[in-house]
Amino acid sequence: MPSTPIKQVTGKGVFVPGDDIDTDRIIPARFMKCITFDGLGEYLFYDVRKTESGEDKKHNLNDHRFAEASIIVSGNNFGCGSSREHAPQSILRAGYNAVIAGSFAEIFFGNSTNLGVVCVIASDTDREIITKAIDTNPEIEITIDVEDHKIWFGDQSVPCEIKPGARDSLLSGNYDPLDELLVGTDAVSRTAAALPYMQA
Amino acid sequence: MGKSLFEKVWDAHAVRQLANGQTQLLIGTHLIHEVTSPQAFGMLRDKGLKVQFPHRTFATVDHIVPTNETVEPYSDPLAQGMIEELRKNCAENDITFFDTHTGHQGIVHVVGPEQGITQPGTTIACGDSHTATHGAFGAVAFGIGTSQVRDVLATQTIALNELKVRRINVNGTLAPGVYAKDVILHIIRLLGTQGGTGFAYEYAGTTFDNFTMEERMTVCNMSIEGGARVGYVNPDEKTFEYLKGRPYAPKGTDWDAAVERWKSFASDSDCSYDDVVEIDAASIQPTVTWGITPGQGVGIEENIPSIENAPTQSERDSVAEALEYMQFEGGSPIKGKKIDIAFLGSCTNGRLSDFQEVAKYIEGRKVAPGVQAIAVPGSQVVAKIAEELGLDKIFKEAGFEWRAAGCSMCLAMNPDKLIGDQLCASSSNRNFKGRQGSPTGRTMLMSPLMVAAAAVTGEVADAREVFGFAPVGA
Repeated sequence: MPSTPIKQVTGKGVFVPGDDIDTDRIIPARFMKCITFDGLGEYLFYDVRKTESGEDKKHNLNDHRFAEASIIVSGNNFGCGSSREHAPQSILRAGYNAVIAGSFAEIFFGNSTNLGVVCVIASDTDREIITKAIDTNPEIEITIDVEDHKIWFGDQSVPCEIKPGARDSLLSGNYDPLDELLVGTDAVSRTAAALPYMQA
Repeated sequence: MGKSLFEKVWDAHAVRQLANGQTQLLIGTHLIHEVTSPQAFGMLRDKGLKVQFPHRTFATVDHIVPTNETVEPYSDPLAQGMIEELRKNCAENDITFFDTHTGHQGIVHVVGPEQGITQPGTTIACGDSHTATHGAFGAVAFGIGTSQVRDVLATQTIALNELKVRRINVNGTLAPGVYAKDVILHIIRLLGTQGGTGFAYEYAGTTFDNFTMEERMTVCNMSIEGGARVGYVNPDEKTFEYLKGRPYAPKGTDWDAAVERWKSFASDSDCSYDDVVEIDAASIQPTVTWGITPGQGVGIEENIPSIENAPTQSERDSVAEALEYMQFEGGSPIKGKKIDIAFLGSCTNGRLSDFQEVAKYIEGRKVAPGVQAIAVPGSQVVAKIAEELGLDKIFKEAGFEWRAAGCSMCLAMNPDKLIGDQLCASSSNRNFKGRQGSPTGRTMLMSPLMVAAAAVTGEVADAREVFGFAPVGA
């Protein structure tokens, strides 16, 4: 069964500055000693937000003005590093459902799309316009239009990019590919039968 | 027009095209470990699905196993819970598990090759970004997320976009004291941490021809640090020689047929690449990272970059952030930074040859006062052979702690962690903020011998000087 199509994502934004935000930063490995993804939202960006003694650092993610944000705006190569799905899972479970960045690391991008977390690319200049708008008015509503490749905020808009395959999957609601993969079982058996190393 | 290895393997494993244009790709070999698989088994149970090809999934435990404690229950109940969950999932689904009592446990990217599971012309997936390691054998190996682990368990396939292929030719002879680790750190420094996005890296040239399989693994291992999800070397006689006789390698007449088949997957000489990069091996120096991404590296003779010399504002910001975190001064020499910890191990440099090479030079030397040095074999097999060769004694006499197999301090999901802002000379693959377990801990990536040089001098040092190599070019 397809999920609900995702044509647009609307919400308030928060700026997480920096390029190369790696998945260890998104969710430090020490919080991954668990056998389910439940509760990971609590540890999103933990070391970015907290001091070693557990107090809040000065950071947008701790700023009450951005407490209702559901869209993250960040830099280039967002999600680099480990393939841990714990990263998009913690983003989703902390209440965010989209990331606007200059670029995305590939594995993170795929993991996020599979969960319906929308990842779109906007230029440095356009992201700067968005972050300024958020800073001026944290209440500003941002809409990522997946179909039209646009990010709206207030009465302004900037273009954004999303990989065609991911866009199709979000628009059709088939971003979790399992059902479609399960349909191909016979074709899988035929492909496997032609490969000697696949034989039991 | 010929085809590259990537294209041939892709074509042989492509099942069909999906509605969104992606390919349903058969994953011949699936490797799992305790961190990214339990949730996938949970999803399978929730959906009432079973494992389709249980004989093509192999499990080991590596991230959470303590390296200083081998008797269960472990003192960390969360770690104990994770190993037990994996045992249960493997037993329920008929999956081969290289458990701690088998003598074959170890880091998943060390175990696959040493068991002969990793083979040319195959597709491999593992819920771990360093899966490209297996590309050293001419396999196309993907790091995947947990939902994709679920997909492989349930269907033996994943949905993927085809990658472009960039050939990276490294030609010539590496100077003495320059290693495979330096080659990959150099490549990432040159092409950037996101230069490989959308590409498979094909490593080639005479330097790679001359590399051992373990050296090829070191390079392929860090492909993801350059943004490339897949990295590989074309299979050759060295590949076949390494695999021959290993437990899961084909036997008898099957062996000859397999070798013929494996050869056919190598890139054709007339194939075209989406990009080609040429690197002169002689230009590569022992390389050390000074910052918080693997691309932030310099040669041991160089100085750390200064903020004002970075060409763009975003690079100036990155340099400033890295210098602040590392507590380094821009423009200062990389040499001489005082270290607290020396870590030798990981899926990048935790293989037998890494310990053999270091042992040659540290015999008779001592770890500097105030430095904690740990040597962590990548697998129980590596540990056993190293111990039979007496390497453990050499390490211990030099003041290293000789540990049990596991991921250890590479990512600190176990008791091996930095404390506070300790500075670690590390043979691992990531120097991200907080990577080694302390939110303020600092990591400098380098080759195993450079780690040893740092261990015995107490500071970042040129291994060629410390260990009395003949001068470069002599």
